[in-house]
Amino acid sequence: MKRKALSLAIAATLFAGNLLAAEPQHGGEAVVTYQNDVATLDPAIGYDWQNWSMIKSLFDRLMDYKPGTTELVPALAESYTVSDDGTEYTFVMKKGVKFHNGREMKAADVKYSLERTVNPKTQSPGAGFFSSIVGYEDVTGGKSETLAGVTTPDDYTVKIKLSQPNATFLHIMAINFASVVPKEAVEKWGADFGKHPVGSGAFELQEWKLGQQLVFKKNPNYYRSGVPYLDGIRFEIGQDPTVALLRLQKGEVDIAGDGVPPAQFLQFKNDPKQKGLVVTGDQLQTGYLTLKTTLPPFDNLKVRQAVNMAISKDRVVRLINGRAKPANQPLPPAMPGYDTGFKGYPYDVEGAKKLLAEAGFEKGFDTELYVMNTDPQPRIAQSIQQDLAKIGIRAQIKSLAQANVIAAGSEKDQAPMVWSGGMAWIADFPDPSNFYGPILGCEGAVSGGWNWALYCNKALDAEAKRADSMAKPEQQAERIALWSKVFTDVMADAPWVPIFNEQRFTVRSARMGGDDALYVDPVHVPVNYDYIGVK
Amino acid sequence: MFAFIARRVVYSILILLGVTLITYLLLFMLPADPARQIAGRSATPEIVANIRHQLGLDLPFYQQYFQYLKGLLHGDLGRSFIQRSQVSELIGARLVPSLQLMGLGIAFELLIGIGLGIVAALKRDSFIDRLLMAFSFVGVSSPQFIAAMLFLYFFAVRLDWFPMGGYGEFRHILLPALTLGILGSGWYSRMVRSSMIEVLHQDFIRTARAKGLSRMRVVFRHVLPNAIVPVIPMVGIDIGIFMGGLVVVESVFGWPGIGQLAWQAIQQVDIPVIVGVTTVSAVAIVLGNLLADLVIPLVDPRIDVKKH
Repeated sequence: MKRKALSLAIAATLFAGNLLAAEPQHGGEAVVTYQNDVATLDPAIGYDWQNWSMIKSLFDRLMDYKPGTTELVPALAESYTVSDDGTEYTFVMKKGVKFHNGREMKAADVKYSLERTVNPKTQSPGAGFFSSIVGYEDVTGGKSETLAGVTTPDDYTVKIKLSQPNATFLHIMAINFASVVPKEAVEKWGADFGKHPVGSGAFELQEWKLGQQLVFKKNPNYYRSGVPYLDGIRFEIGQDPTVALLRLQKGEVDIAGDGVPPAQFLQFKNDPKQKGLVVTGDQLQTGYLTLKTTLPPFDNLKVRQAVNMAISKDRVVRLINGRAKPANQPLPPAMPGYDTGFKGYPYDVEGAKKLLAEAGFEKGFDTELYVMNTDPQPRIAQSIQQDLAKIGIRAQIKSLAQANVIAAGSEKDQAPMVWSGGMAWIADFPDPSNFYGPILGCEGAVSGGWNWALYCNKALDAEAKRADSMAKPEQQAERIALWSKVFTDVMADAPWVPIFNEQRFTVRSARMGGDDALYVDPVHVPVNYDYIGVK
Repeated sequence: MFAFIARRVVYSILILLGVTLITYLLLFMLPADPARQIAGRSATPEIVANIRHQLGLDLPFYQQYFQYLKGLLHGDLGRSFIQRSQVSELIGARLVPSLQLMGLGIAFELLIGIGLGIVAALKRDSFIDRLLMAFSFVGVSSPQFIAAMLFLYFFAVRLDWFPMGGYGEFRHILLPALTLGILGSGWYSRMVRSSMIEVLHQDFIRTARAKGLSRMRVVFRHVLPNAIVPVIPMVGIDIGIFMGGLVVVESVFGWPGIGQLAWQAIQQVDIPVIVGVTTVSAVAIVLGNLLADLVIPLVDPRIDVKKH
């Protein structure tokens, strides 16, 4: 009975509320364009802007989010319980959910899918998310093929035991890498499963012409009734974003997946005819400048604070045509835990000069600023360079390919400053924890890590760990408050200069309906294909 | 003749080996670590090491290179790090569109270039000559991206004569091929013009006219076959340029060719794809030049391959 009440509540949250206002029709096909090839549709591997939301539509997970929001809801799970110590999760699965090949999904499929992602042979970029499951090290170390912590007492129950409490675990069960896949299809296609995906999602892959197009067709047996709205989606690949916009205005394209190119942004946004086609939304992203805290002179707190005060964030935002909002803390405003009262370091050139003099650098110093080499990143770096020059810091810009900047970022003796644009950090899931460990915590401050400031504050790490052990629902408010303080405390050490939070702009044709939030969904990035439809 | 071909084939193989070696070496020296890229941002160093080992990236350079050559002999170009599929499959899917665009593009170049070259040579130093030469000069020197965008905007958006990009039907190929033809024709028209003028001054042409042959007959029977010889090796070079250099036109018109694949692979540092595309393009360039060398003697019997 309790279970039934819960599922009713979910149904209510899914179908009521803001979605009701712009309920789209069922049927019709949408055309979506992208410039780059779709890399892979294997949920254990796909990890980019284009395939993220495609994979979400082809596969399902135990947990998901209320469409257009960051609110967690059960998906394949009918219900779940968390043990008092926060280390054991029990999921009861929905019955009758079918894979695209017609077979019913069982608890064993969940276990198999998690083990497949973690298995080093899969080479999944998401394996690390599951490190808190008991038995993880045995699988990654090659000692075992199965996760000891995942058990299936019956066909519809999955029990997952964690080695330590992890308050983000439900988010991890909602991430693409936790998608449930049928073993027989994975074994049939082997390494090419990513080109022949079989899931249980709202859509199934009908056709894939390499470099040309992908066609999704509606899954008529989808377990959520009434979803998806569209009968099919055609993804046209290899389309220049500027041409895609022209085609959209002509009615040949419904969603320009790559958005508005920076050069046309202002013109497009200010054109009364096209204004209504642009949907604006927040993104779980922060663009920041890292200061290598282990490398002189950035090992000096006053130098780092001076840099924080020297950079005009407003000018950087103007430089990218107002496609972002200035930031003062690591967390983006859309993330739970963002401190609206926090003001951060002011823009104060004189104050910065004074701090630098106090640190013993009244004549400034020479340093390097690493940046990814695609527009607008080098221009942003130049703006930062000019600001730094005003307080005497002579920064030479090193503009390199993305992979090269990432490789240099974590090296002790390289990349004293890195502008994160185009690389980091977009949250994997809407929880503040994901904005700490890898990019500000001690665990990320290693060669090959993402903590490019090599910042390691053991006291804050302990606080972070304490926050993430609060797994009970009633502890959540306290947990988020604790996280909020961790991030403002980080700013006292000034390992970063938070510059801005990017916003997202999706352009969709006039015939497309559904709530605006679906077109800038914070989790189904960039667009929640399951719930959009034709007007 | 046979010795000539054999020698050229041996040279070609050496050139290809050199190309793969240099490409491989350059990419090996890049500071980017593909294993780290594949392992993703949440991976531990252990996982990265494991992937590096699975891909053989922990082997010394010469071993990796020989592995690659061994695969190449079996037609195996390796697997893409990013797209996680066979490189040969990725290139294969794009080869046909690239060849189609190249074929029609070169055809338009020749048609426009030779046509304009003939007219300009016959109307030498006139206003028409200067106009045509100015046109070809603008064509070869205009940036492809701007020109392609302008053509697209004018002919597809405003006039609606052509579809705005795409692939599949004959009408899709016309505008990109015409763009290439118009932009590239300048090289041919200038060459045809100067070589026509040279031939027009030769004694046998004066003789032909003197014995009463019509002007048209002289131009098409006697002048053109002689004037066209230098065009043939240019087509060979063009094939090379087209195999690697269509990046811009392909991306503006959304043409699913090899140039687009190369551009993406470079941006993502997808090493197996970069090496694969380079190898395939090098083969095309070498083959193009080889073909041109073999065709010239057929067109102009005065060139004797034995002497080279």
